[in-house]
Parts: sequence; structure tokens; C-alpha cells
Amino acid sequence: MQKITRDALIEKAAALLENGTVSAVLGWKRGEFDYDVTPAVFNSIDEMKEGFVWNDFCGANFSKYLVSKTKKAEGKILVFLKPCDTYSFNQLLTEHRFDREKVYAVGIPCEGMADIDKIREIAGDGISKIECGEKITVTTLYADEPVVIECEKVLEGRCESCKSKAHVAYDELMGDEGEVLDSNRFDEVARLEAMSAEERFAFWQNELSKCIRCNACRDICPACTCEKCVFGNPNSGVENKAISDSFEEKMFHIIRAFHVAGRCTDCGECSRVCPQNIPLHLLNRKFIKDINSFYGEYQAGAEVGSRAPLVNYTTEDLEPGEVFAKGE
Amino acid sequence: MRKCSLSKIDLLFAEIAKTQSLYMPIDGADGRAVYSKWQAGKAWSSALNTVKSPKNFFFPHTEELANFKTAGKTIEIIDVRAEAEDFVVFGVRACDAKSFDILDRVFLTDPVDSFYASRREHGVIITTACNRPTETCFCTTFGIDAAEPAGDISTWKTGGELYLKANTEKGEALLAALEGVTEAADDAAVRAEKENIRKIMKKLPLADVKADAFGGGKTKQYFDDPAWAALSESCLGCGTCTFVCPTCQCYDVKDFNTGRGIIRFRCWDSCMYSDFTLMAHGNNRNSQKERFRQRFMQKLVYYPENNDGIFGCVGCGRCLAKCPISMNIVKVMKTLGGKN
Amino acid sequence: MQVNERKPLIVAFCCNWCSYAGADLAGNNRLNYPADVKIIRVPCSCRVNPMFVLRAFQRGADGVIICGCHPGDCHYTSGNYYTRRRMALLFSMLDFLGIEKERTRVEWVSAAEGAKFAATMNDFVEKVTALGENKRLEDLRCKR
Repeated sequence: MQKITRDALIEKAAALLENGTVSAVLGWKRGEFDYDVTPAVFNSIDEMKEGFVWNDFCGANFSKYLVSKTKKAEGKILVFLKPCDTYSFNQLLTEHRFDREKVYAVGIPCEGMADIDKIREIAGDGISKIECGEKITVTTLYADEPVVIECEKVLEGRCESCKSKAHVAYDELMGDEGEVLDSNRFDEVARLEAMSAEERFAFWQNELSKCIRCNACRDICPACTCEKCVFGNPNSGVENKAISDSFEEKMFHIIRAFHVAGRCTDCGECSRVCPQNIPLHLLNRKFIKDINSFYGEYQAGAEVGSRAPLVNYTTEDLEPGEVFAKGE
Repeated sequence: MRKCSLSKIDLLFAEIAKTQSLYMPIDGADGRAVYSKWQAGKAWSSALNTVKSPKNFFFPHTEELANFKTAGKTIEIIDVRAEAEDFVVFGVRACDAKSFDILDRVFLTDPVDSFYASRREHGVIITTACNRPTETCFCTTFGIDAAEPAGDISTWKTGGELYLKANTEKGEALLAALEGVTEAADDAAVRAEKENIRKIMKKLPLADVKADAFGGGKTKQYFDDPAWAALSESCLGCGTCTFVCPTCQCYDVKDFNTGRGIIRFRCWDSCMYSDFTLMAHGNNRNSQKERFRQRFMQKLVYYPENNDGIFGCVGCGRCLAKCPISMNIVKVMKTLGGKN
Repeated sequence: MQVNERKPLIVAFCCNWCSYAGADLAGNNRLNYPADVKIIRVPCSCRVNPMFVLRAFQRGADGVIICGCHPGDCHYTSGNYYTRRRMALLFSMLDFLGIEKERTRVEWVSAAEGAKFAATMNDFVEKVTALGENKRLEDLRCKR
């Protein structure tokens, strides 16, 4: 469960709206069900009281929305940022993608978000009600009794290997200062690396062949903020909506991961939104792991203005041929 | 009506698969159901539905239309059309079965799409009633009865038996061929199961969603509604909703240069993409709001206007479950329809 | 040599200032290297977008080699340092996806190293030939 309450966030927003610090609030809006949450802009405290939610399903990272929302906004926008969101926030600032002066960032602690698919696996289909408390209580159409689930059992994959509870950017912090965690986020990458090339190929062939080219991974990604994506530009020669051949999906995902290499903060939104549950974050993590081991530890978004590893070099860098020698 | 014990259902599948390809939802390695080809040892998934709809069988995600080969100054056009082979799609839900009617109205009206028509002609659809619909289901909104699915053959799973009833000539022919593995049955058990399903349908959280406020001739009423701005505000512009949708029928025709020739193919397109209907002069929908509006107006107003009031949505709930930002047709209907 | 032996297709991206001149020198010195190597001249090795490498594989290449000036000698001062990082990461990623790492290579060949150019190409072609046809990063449409 989340340590901070919805009411506390609304109270904070009300105070900031009232004293004129901000003119609008970027927050999570209630949906049809207790678990479907939509990012929305709230213009008044009444709108917030009606639709704002803060619960275990508020995984959406708002940093990318700041790019478009700050352009339109007249005053400042209040944005609530979870620790992992603040890394994307800094990365976008590093890339000058939005005006920091137009944002009022409130850091809020996060205890990890719940994965509705995992809840469904335990509680079954036909979920009619979910209450997020100490534990998650799920009422379904088919079970006589509500099912009570420990939050840790249904954490989103990315939260299981949370890299940081520390906010690296904010104007104001609610709750306590968190810490950067010693996470096991590279374990899965290491597991794949330990496989034979044949096994790895089979693994990715199977995963990537599920791709339906919906581009949700790209469109949600806070590092993908190009006005015109090379894969969405008919003049680029590589634009393709087809799943014509397995090559196309591989090309798309390799290049997309490469384009965000060194800039990806590992927020995990790509895997969260993938309708086919492809573990896309593993591609990004592979790059992060390699960058860390070849060029020294680097966490994108840990600070504003740092030079990304791929636009940097040293004269003593590893040779591409040595990369493999090192691994063997 | 015929029946077959669920414990012996493999015999039924084997009998069908003897003469033609049989596809059905089968759980993949990750436990998620995907329409795949049945073979001995594979089990029919108990999942309510698949992420990708069975429209893929008739209107595939990508298909070749023609090939071109150049030799010197001549261009040879190669017709790649081939008569589809017979196949059976088993385990289709009532919502998806209805989606074929919607696609038919697009592809089988003049000029008939010969690729689609050939597959429709050779495909037999076996539907199955939904014993356990989920919270995202709202097929009743569009007059679909999950207890009485359409298709060439309808089936019901109850009391350890699978009951089969043919609805069309194609269905009757297939069912007749399956007499060896089925036995005659009365419909008492099925009637009880139907009652049961209808009772559950009434209890679903979206059971009260009504489409009455929409339909043909309402373009003016909704087109300039100020609510579109807020509804589309956080839309990412990805194509998830359109690619999981069983009724979305837009496609793009493109050429692929193989280095030796040209492959002309078509692939699903999404009205959410910025290059959708891109023309020489540019695009006629430049903002995500306009693209978003196009999708829902098409389902709720434009399609019924051109198709005797039939809506372009079947309430399968895929977009509800899969939209990255949880914006969907139900929210649109409730917001726009609620005030009119 | 068998008559029907399959010839590999190798794409070599060579920087204009060093490696392309190195290839030229190899030719002038009558040094042999297989004709399976198709050279594409680029202004600098860092002009090679990762997409070029993938595209080459798509269109039927069995191996891709990128040649540039020795580190420190780049005509544009630092271009090849970026190449070095990019390609190290890209090749590592291809390996992660199970695509044979022997199909990709970066070599530094100066304008004076005609012999190294020929030796590098001979070695690379031999290694790629041993691997056979590229099956893991192929576009079946291009095979027809």
C-alpha cells in the first residue's frame, strides 16, 4: 500500500492552487474500474475531489507529459513524481525538453505498484472491486468471498527490482527522503547472457514475434520525445506498420533501444504498457549494464546536465572486439 | 443438437483436423492464450479471450497483394492470389463472431475484397458461449447475447460436455462429418446454461452502458463536442486499441523493395498514427484529438450511418484491458452519451 | 575449390580518409582479398548508423565490417571514438539477441596499411564463410 494518502495529495494540491503557485495539476484520474487509471490534467480542486486517485495502480510516469503540457500551460503545472519518475524528469531537463520554470514538482514516496495481471491470476476474472489498504482486497463476480492479497505478491515486475526510493528532483518532498537501492535489476539480463547464443536467439525470436507494432512502448517512453520518430516517418524508408517479417520487429526494437541507450532511466514503462507482455526493458537494461561495465557506472537522470555515455568518449575506451573477449 | 464429452474433446479436434487446419485459443509458454494451430497434445485454452482477435484469420495483419519483377525495361506483375484452403476457427466468442458481420459489410460489399472473400468462404467459425464473462465485457450494449453466439456452429460448455449446434449450411456439413465423435443430445442442459450466462451478464459492471445516444445522423451532435479535448488529452497516439480491436478494418498499402523486385502488401493501419490517411497535400487530421475523435466517431456514428444502424463495436473489452492509459470507448460513451 | 560453394556477402563500411585509402593501397600493391567484400565509402566511420548495419543484414549481407582511422587519427578529431562506443554496444546487443558475434567487426586501418586491409578482409571473410548463411537477422522477403 502507499504510505501517503489521496487526501494528503489533494490537500497539497488545494493549497498550491489556492495560493496561485500552480494553475493546474497533472494527476491520475479514476476510471471505470478500481485499477484503470488515466493520466489527466485537473484545473480545479473540485475536479480533483471528483476524479483524482492515488493508489497501487498509479504507475504512469508523468514526466513525458510535461513536454506537451508545459507548452500549453499559462501558469505552473503541479506534477506528482514517484522516485523513478524523477529520473525521467531530470533526463528530460538535461535534454531541454521542457521549461523547468513552468513546473512545480512534488515528490511523493512510492511503495511499488500492483500489476493487475498478477492480481487476476490469483483472484480470477470478473474483478468488481479492489480496495488498496495494508493488503489488497479483491472482490470478483465469481468468488463468494473477497480475496485478500499481500501487496508484495502482486508487485509490477519493474517494482520488484526497484532501483531507487530516492527522489532526484523536486520542489517539495512529501514524506521522507528515500535511498538509492541495491537492486537486482540486472539479474535477468545476466541470466540471458549466460545462455548459449542459440537459446538467446530462440528466446528473443519468440518474444519479439509477439510484437504487433502498436508502438505503445515508444509512445509511452519518456526518452522517446522526438517530434517525428524515424519509424513514424514515411520518408525515412524504415517506417513500417507491418509485421511482414520477423526482421522488422527485431530492427525496430534494437534501434529503439539503441536510440535511448545512455538516456534510458530504466523506468520500465515500455514493458508495463506492452499489450503482448514482451520484456522490452531487458533490451534497455542490457545497454545500461554494458555501459556500466564498459564505461563506468552511469545512471541516466541521476543529475541534470550529465553527459550521456554515447555522446562521450575516452581515448582508452574498450575496442568492440574486446567486448566479447571480456565476456568469455 | 449434438454433444461431446469434454474429456474426449481431443477426438473431436482430431476429427476436424484430419481434413483441414484447426485453430483455437491455446495457452502459450507465458500462459497467455493465442489463436494457434491445433495439433495432438495441445489443449483448448480456458482463457476468456485472446489479446489479438480472430479477425487475423480473414483480414491478416499483413498480406501480400501483388509482386513486381523488373527485367530490363519490362515490369512483370505477379498475381499472388491463391484460393484459401479450408480451415476451422474454434472457440470464437460471441463478440468476435459478431465482428465478422461488421467486417463483411466493409469487405464483401462492392467492390468485393477477393482476399477476404476467399478466406471467409473457406473458413468455418465455431463459436462458444461465455460461461464466465469478465468485468471488461459489454457486448450486451450492442445487442450481442454471449449465451447465444453466432457463427457456423455454436457450442456450450456445461456439465463436462460440449454441446454443438449448427447455424448455417457450412456448419451443418461439418457437424454431420463429426457424427462419429459426437452423440445426439437434448437442449435442456444448454437452456439452463444460457439462463445462467444471461444472469451473469446482467450483473457485470458495464451491463448498464447504453449506445442509444449514438448512431447514424449524429455527426453534428457530437463532432464539435468540447469533451473530446479532455478525453483525448493523455492519448499517446499508439495503435494498441486499433490492433487488438476485432472490428478495426483500416489498412495501408505499401511497397517493399526486396532488391530484386517489389512486394506490394497491405498491413493494418491505425487512425491513431500521425501518418494515417497521409496524402500528397499533407494530413487532414493533424492533432491527436482529431485522430482520437475519428476512431470513436467511426465506431459509434459513421459506421452505423452507412450500415443500417449497426455499431462498429462489439464490446469485447480488449481496448479496455490493453490501452496504456486506460482511455476507451466505454469512457467516451459515458462522457458524451451521458449528457445527451 | 567446389564449384557450388556458397559465396558470402560482406559489406565493409570504410572511412574516406584512412580505410578507403587503405583499400586503394591494397589494390595498388596487388594484394589479394576476396571479391565478396563490397566496400561502401563513408565520410567517417561514425557516419555508420546502427540502422545501416541492420539494413545490410536485411538485404542479404552475411557479415558487416566497419573500418576507420586509428583512434587519435580521425580526420574529424573524434569521430572514430564515437564509433568505438556505438559499435561496442550495438555488437554486444546483437550478441544478446543471439546473432553470431563473428558477423560483425570494427577494425582500424590507416591509409598506409594496405597489407592490414587485405589481411583483415581475408580473415573476416574466412570467419564469416565458416559461419555460413546469415539466418538470424535475415529478411525472408529479400531472399526471393
